[in-house]
Amino acid sequence: MRLFIRHETQYDYDMPIAYSAQRLYLWPVDFATQKTVSWAIEAPGIEKALNYFDGFGNRVHMLTFQAIRGPVSIVAEGIVDCTDAAGVVRGLHSPAPDAIFLRLTKSTTPNAAIRALTDKHLSAKDILPGLHGLMNDIHIKVAYELGATHAHTTAAEAFADGRGVCQDHAHIFIAAARAAGIPARYVTGYLVTGMGASSTAAHAWAEALVPDLGWVGFDPANNTCPTDNYVRVAAGIDAAGVTPIRGSRRGGAMERMRVEVRVEIAQQ
Amino acid sequence: MLGRTASSLYWMSRYMERAENMARLLEVGYRISLMPGAVEGHRDEWRSTLQSSACDLAYAEKHDDITAAKVIQFLIFDEDNPSSIRASIKTARNNGRAVRTALTRDVWESINSTWNELAQVKPSSMTADRLPVFLDWIKQRVMSFRGALLGTMLRNDTYYFSQLGNFMERADNTARILDVKYFILLPKATDVGSDLDMQQWAQILRSVSAHRSYRWFYRDSKYRPWMIAEFLILKEEMPRSLVFTYYWTNMALDGLGQLYGKRYDCHDLAQQTYQRLKSGNMEQIFQSGLHEFLQDFITANAALSQSIATNYNFP
Amino acid sequence: MSTVFNEMQGKGGAVREPYALIEQWLKTLSPKDVERALKEAEAIFRRQGITFAVYGDNQASERLIPFDIIPRIFAAAEWRRLSAGIEQRVRALNAFIHDLYHRQEILRAGRVPQDIIIQNEAFVPEMVGVMPSRGIYAHIIGIDIVRVAENEFYVLEDNCRTPSGVSYMLEDREAMMYLFPELFSQQRIAPVENYPAMLRQTLESVAPAACKGEPTVVILTPGIHNSAFFEHAFLADEMGVELCEGNDLFVSDGYLYMRTTQEPKRVDVVYRRIDDAYLDPLTFRPDSAIGVPGIFDLYRAGRVTLVNAPGTGIADDKSIYTYIPDVIEFYTGEKPLLKNVPTWRCGEKQDLAYVLDHLPELVVKEVHGSGGYGMLVGPTSSRREIEEFRHRLKARPKNYIAQPTLALSAVPTFTKSGVAPRHVDLRPFVLSGDRVRVTPGGLTRVALKKNSLVVNSSQGGGTKDTWVLED
Repeated sequence: MRLFIRHETQYDYDMPIAYSAQRLYLWPVDFATQKTVSWAIEAPGIEKALNYFDGFGNRVHMLTFQAIRGPVSIVAEGIVDCTDAAGVVRGLHSPAPDAIFLRLTKSTTPNAAIRALTDKHLSAKDILPGLHGLMNDIHIKVAYELGATHAHTTAAEAFADGRGVCQDHAHIFIAAARAAGIPARYVTGYLVTGMGASSTAAHAWAEALVPDLGWVGFDPANNTCPTDNYVRVAAGIDAAGVTPIRGSRRGGAMERMRVEVRVEIAQQ
Repeated sequence: MLGRTASSLYWMSRYMERAENMARLLEVGYRISLMPGAVEGHRDEWRSTLQSSACDLAYAEKHDDITAAKVIQFLIFDEDNPSSIRASIKTARNNGRAVRTALTRDVWESINSTWNELAQVKPSSMTADRLPVFLDWIKQRVMSFRGALLGTMLRNDTYYFSQLGNFMERADNTARILDVKYFILLPKATDVGSDLDMQQWAQILRSVSAHRSYRWFYRDSKYRPWMIAEFLILKEEMPRSLVFTYYWTNMALDGLGQLYGKRYDCHDLAQQTYQRLKSGNMEQIFQSGLHEFLQDFITANAALSQSIATNYNFP
Repeated sequence: MSTVFNEMQGKGGAVREPYALIEQWLKTLSPKDVERALKEAEAIFRRQGITFAVYGDNQASERLIPFDIIPRIFAAAEWRRLSAGIEQRVRALNAFIHDLYHRQEILRAGRVPQDIIIQNEAFVPEMVGVMPSRGIYAHIIGIDIVRVAENEFYVLEDNCRTPSGVSYMLEDREAMMYLFPELFSQQRIAPVENYPAMLRQTLESVAPAACKGEPTVVILTPGIHNSAFFEHAFLADEMGVELCEGNDLFVSDGYLYMRTTQEPKRVDVVYRRIDDAYLDPLTFRPDSAIGVPGIFDLYRAGRVTLVNAPGTGIADDKSIYTYIPDVIEFYTGEKPLLKNVPTWRCGEKQDLAYVLDHLPELVVKEVHGSGGYGMLVGPTSSRREIEEFRHRLKARPKNYIAQPTLALSAVPTFTKSGVAPRHVDLRPFVLSGDRVRVTPGGLTRVALKKNSLVVNSSQGGGTKDTWVLED
């Protein structure tokens, strides 16, 4: 599948900005079943932006600009070819040792209810079916609902509430997997949204390390492993670590943000 | 040099100068309050002390009535009042501490020991009879600070930014003292003042430690209101006159301009004001309005301070 | 406590060799001389503004650390042995940190349990895969060492984050040379005053590879209200580098700059004295107002060097301490030259049982505490204090470790009732850059209260000049 993606984030301010630094996780990295045909980021200061790979294999951009008036627009846009591999991610370079993905952060610390999920699904030796069961269970128990949670909602909170967005589904999955000693990571990306899909075009899911198979993606929000409808962008320990745009600024007074993501099937 | 270092040096000197000026204003207020049967009553004297130090609004927010004790507390010890002597010395010392490494040991020790000793002074101990000794001590401490600065600092940017703070604060102070009392300096039909006039004129001169130098300078030694105004605005010989402060402000800015090889709009602003003062005469100033002239000056002085901060990247 | 080793008198009462001269000198001092010297020393420190702030103590928020004029002395041979052990330990600690943020061989080998690293708050996952200049993480380490007998030294803890106190070491020496110059002409005492030059050289030697020409070094301080601000200013002054606050630095187009009164100036090496959590709001605490947004990204990309590296706290965490002898063996292939204090891990059942049975004899420490707070010194605590602590210990055993109460060695010290022995420890400072440099001596902290074993300045401890005699 060839996908066209346009991800625009626009900021507007009441006053001119004196200085701003923005860190972007907006660049898809190629692996066996995902190849970038073209990709570009447009943003003020992008031509001189710092650009490097972090320890998890993500491509990071850090840009700065000074003394400008809003609106400021950051656009990531390009075409990516994807092949369905039932969620298995091969050929991705990530120097981080797997054990890192066992770390429990604030948003991925299991409570008793999540541990019960772990016991139910991940006690058997063969974990692959268990992970599918876990994904299915979370999909059923946590309804997709915009606005019920926020950026800092923890897995335990969202699971208790039974509502959330893809970030919460992924965090619950990760918390349950880590509780069983299975390394799991948080993944951001894009998804072609068809009818009835429980997510927006900017999406997030989880990957778990399965013995003999490697890293496998699980998308509890849609109860499926990623297919060729998915473009994988960045992975980290939890959502906070791979926020697509994180910034700091001086001046500007009040900020308004607007995000628009388009994902379309492109002509081959 | 870091922009913050420059800013700290500037404000360190500004606040030391402010502490000295405040001590002088308090001295005048105290003097008047001692005079029996002051025509307007001493309460008004303390009001004018508050006005001259630009602390009247802040005071009114905190206190309903004006009493000697309250005014003294507010202007000396109250740390909520950023211009009180205590707050000024503390701010100066914190700025000095932040740039400790840019200062010579003598400058630092003078400022540090002033704060250490001042911090020991209990507000309750400041009875009226102890006030003059205390105010003298403050003035001496600031002079010792200035002496250390002049005597030990290299003539580089460290020195220039300190000088700027010193003279811009002094300019503001002198202009305010004049503006609060401008109406009594306006020319009158007769050049013989009433007793009250005499007293007020002397007071203005005392506020800038000029009552003796005035007599020395104008040898006929009679107080004449336009001459007092002239002395404090236009005479380069008088070290607290506006023209004097702008002469030194320009010297410091020129020093920076040469050192860095670059001039900015602050240089033009300072030069304009200086030229205006240097070529000015009292007749013209009175004709176009003394109050307006002083207000313009205070505004231009504040604008220059802002411009220096921007040009030299103060945080 | 009956077998306290007195570093001057030794065991049998005969004066030990390194103290021979000082012992004679002490006899020549009249009480008046001492009083005068102490007063002068205090005046020197006060004028210089050598103070430290005590948190939660508004009254005297700036205090002097008491200084004692009787030096603490090591013989050359003694020091050679100690210093070899210190150097070995520091090399191992750096190798350990490197490994933890790369392949984690030591975890794979099962020598250190995986969980106590991965789940440790001091472990910084963002550091994974980062290769700092020269591969060094902890460029400045302070190792706290105690002595209990002629040849028995123990490491009490390692300080791999931002160890402080070196300014006291330097100022103590300065004061001694001013007050008693004759002592320095009568024997050869290893100099410490080149520490700032060594520090600068160390910092310059770890400039990013991309830096051409002479690197620009700065110190990053949280500001004048920090308890160690004096030291930050002191070191900046001694090294001749700028002392910056977060606001003075900014990232622009992929490089770090400082805001000056002229053009922005490129910065290559940042000796930061602020904690990891506050370093960069883009990566760590977003509410930090004292950090520099984006500085950690520059670090990861090799555009700037941070000293010490973020995440070095994993090596000095008290829960890791007990594994350090294994760590040394694992990376150096040698037996540790310096011993750890025997330690019980209260998180382990058997250890906890022993500790609960022996509380009155033990020192119990919080795993994440510092500065002598949150600890129990069994022998000097009341029954009630012990029982209170027992509850805390039972509630969260994993949070504590316990150690025997060591009879710290004592050195003669001036007290109100004349010269008397007081317990001491030692913090040598170790620099790692182009090579490893151990300061000859270090900071000796002394517990001024009789029989007290707590030497922390926040708890009434003082300092002494520390001499290493040369052959």
